[in-house]
Amino acid sequence: MSVFIARRLLQSIALVLVMSMLVFLGVFAIGDPINTLVHPDATEAERQAIVEHFGLDRPLYEQYGRFLANAARGDLGRSFRFDEPTLSLIAQRVPATLELAFAALLLTVLVGIPLGLYAGLHPDAASSKLILGVSAFGFSVPTFWLGLMMVMVFSVRLGWLPSSGRGATVELLGVPVSFLTWDGLKHMLLPAINLAFFKLSLIIRLARAGTQEVVMSDYVKYARAKGLRPWRIVFVHVLKNVLVPITTVLGLEFGRTIAFAVVTETIFAWPGMGKLVIDSINVLDRPVIVAYLLLIVVMFIAINLVVDILYSVLDPRVDLEAQR
Amino acid sequence: MSAPTLRVEDLSTQFFTKAGLVKAVDGVSFSVEPGEIMGLVGESGSGKSVTGYSVLGLVDEPGRVVGGRILFKGEDLAAKSPEQRRELRGSRIAAVFQDPLMTLNPVLKVETQMVEAIQAHGRVSRAEARRRCVAALGRVGIPAAEERLSAYPHQFSGGMRQRVCIAIALLNRPDLIIADEPTTALDVTIQAQILHEMRSLCSGSGTSLIWISHDLSVVAGLADQIAVMYAGRIVERGPVGELLERPAHPYTRGLIRSVPANSRRGGSLYQIPGMTPSLVGLGEGCAFRERCDRADGACLSTPPEFDVGGGRTHRCFHPYEGRHTND
Repeated sequence: MSVFIARRLLQSIALVLVMSMLVFLGVFAIGDPINTLVHPDATEAERQAIVEHFGLDRPLYEQYGRFLANAARGDLGRSFRFDEPTLSLIAQRVPATLELAFAALLLTVLVGIPLGLYAGLHPDAASSKLILGVSAFGFSVPTFWLGLMMVMVFSVRLGWLPSSGRGATVELLGVPVSFLTWDGLKHMLLPAINLAFFKLSLIIRLARAGTQEVVMSDYVKYARAKGLRPWRIVFVHVLKNVLVPITTVLGLEFGRTIAFAVVTETIFAWPGMGKLVIDSINVLDRPVIVAYLLLIVVMFIAINLVVDILYSVLDPRVDLEAQR
Repeated sequence: MSAPTLRVEDLSTQFFTKAGLVKAVDGVSFSVEPGEIMGLVGESGSGKSVTGYSVLGLVDEPGRVVGGRILFKGEDLAAKSPEQRRELRGSRIAAVFQDPLMTLNPVLKVETQMVEAIQAHGRVSRAEARRRCVAALGRVGIPAAEERLSAYPHQFSGGMRQRVCIAIALLNRPDLIIADEPTTALDVTIQAQILHEMRSLCSGSGTSLIWISHDLSVVAGLADQIAVMYAGRIVERGPVGELLERPAHPYTRGLIRSVPANSRRGGSLYQIPGMTPSLVGLGEGCAFRERCDRADGACLSTPPEFDVGGGRTHRCFHPYEGRHTND
């Protein structure tokens, strides 16, 4: 296990380096931030001062080199717009995004797996067909459209749920969270459903296909021959086997949930990282974009590692040392 | 004399498939006494496994038991609720399946899979259940049973896994074990060991055993009684020595002649001409008549079960009589 993790970490460092280069180049290609940074009425001298202040007059390789040197010391630069360290800027937004992502993940697991299991166990039931239909809808409609529709129906027409913001928050271990207040929960519900819907549909399909396959297996028939109670067959023998592929997919999907919460956060004005990065792209706040993208890369690496380890826990046949 | 452990009367199990009605088991009758070993022999698709599953109550859709009676220790299983049948399964009627690589759940420890078989049938503490598991593993010859309990199935060889399955079957001291080709997936030496162990385990405990196999030679060395199935029917049944010495049905005779040990060295092996008929929409008459050199017009109607005494029955209008020879 430790050999596996060490090797993984080395690979990860190389990956982060390559990514940082791509991100840096990509951000440069988007456009020159100077026009958004400087007031249109500013004099040429003021303009020049700002360019020099941010080092934007330096050649690309020099800016990249300086970025790397700073990054090695844990400094990912300062935001042009807020003149604050990008890391702390992002860190402020992390709890909101994480909270939303976890809520979406929880919804996915708690709703998706039981529904998929049910549809797999009763493939001919009308309710199973309905579940399948909804899941087909779920990964066919674009997230932004679904979000807008939910706002229109539940916030505008019915007025049941608020359409934007986090609502009332309370501090939990020094971090503001919404899920502990009724108002916060109400604010969280729509964005969480919006963020979860695609994954939910995916997990329903996966769980259903897995269940149908496992139910046909000899070991389930054997479990029945042992006279086990039906609930034990379903929740131990079937579910544990179905969970193996689901864990992998959920792990990867969780990364995507955080990285691409951008759309949902923008629609529901959820003050998370995704909204920050969209705002930063709008004003070409390069350091924030670069730092955000690199953090996302690191997060994906970490999640993959955790998934691999979890996988070996769930499926005893997986031997991490033997891989590669 | 007390009631037989299992008495099957005119059992019919059919599959309602899209391709048509399949009479997988069609009027099968037999009985197994306490401690007796019955070999149920037939080729693939002859209905022998479905017979076993019917007794266990594990016939899956689109299949259904449509007729006949299954009496377990004198009680009609069809009259029991699903919950009562579940209580019998694994407790009074145990099963061993064909492929030990597939029958144990790959993601659960052997201990989990053994303990649950005990706890499904009564309130037993985990420690007590564990103790019984260790004892059962010891009985089937698994060394270091205590340590092996916490292993996963993939850490066992095929033969060891089948021993685990047999140990699980023995856990609740069943009255009947239905073993569906339990040694087919194993190599010959392991097969011989397991046959020997099963035999002594059963005779020691008075457990009846139905050994389903396509291999007549395996069953010949093990069983007290043999039933030969062909296309859903038992075509011949009788005590093992009698049946092997004087097979009445042409199919049984063909099977015996096909056993390699009965062939002359260097000669080509005997095989029954033709193919097993498809069971989909199988019509009237003796299913074997197409492959039989004794068939005539009489065989166009289904032969009834002729009881010829001495525990022997057959379904043939033109049975062989007298000693079986090798030619």
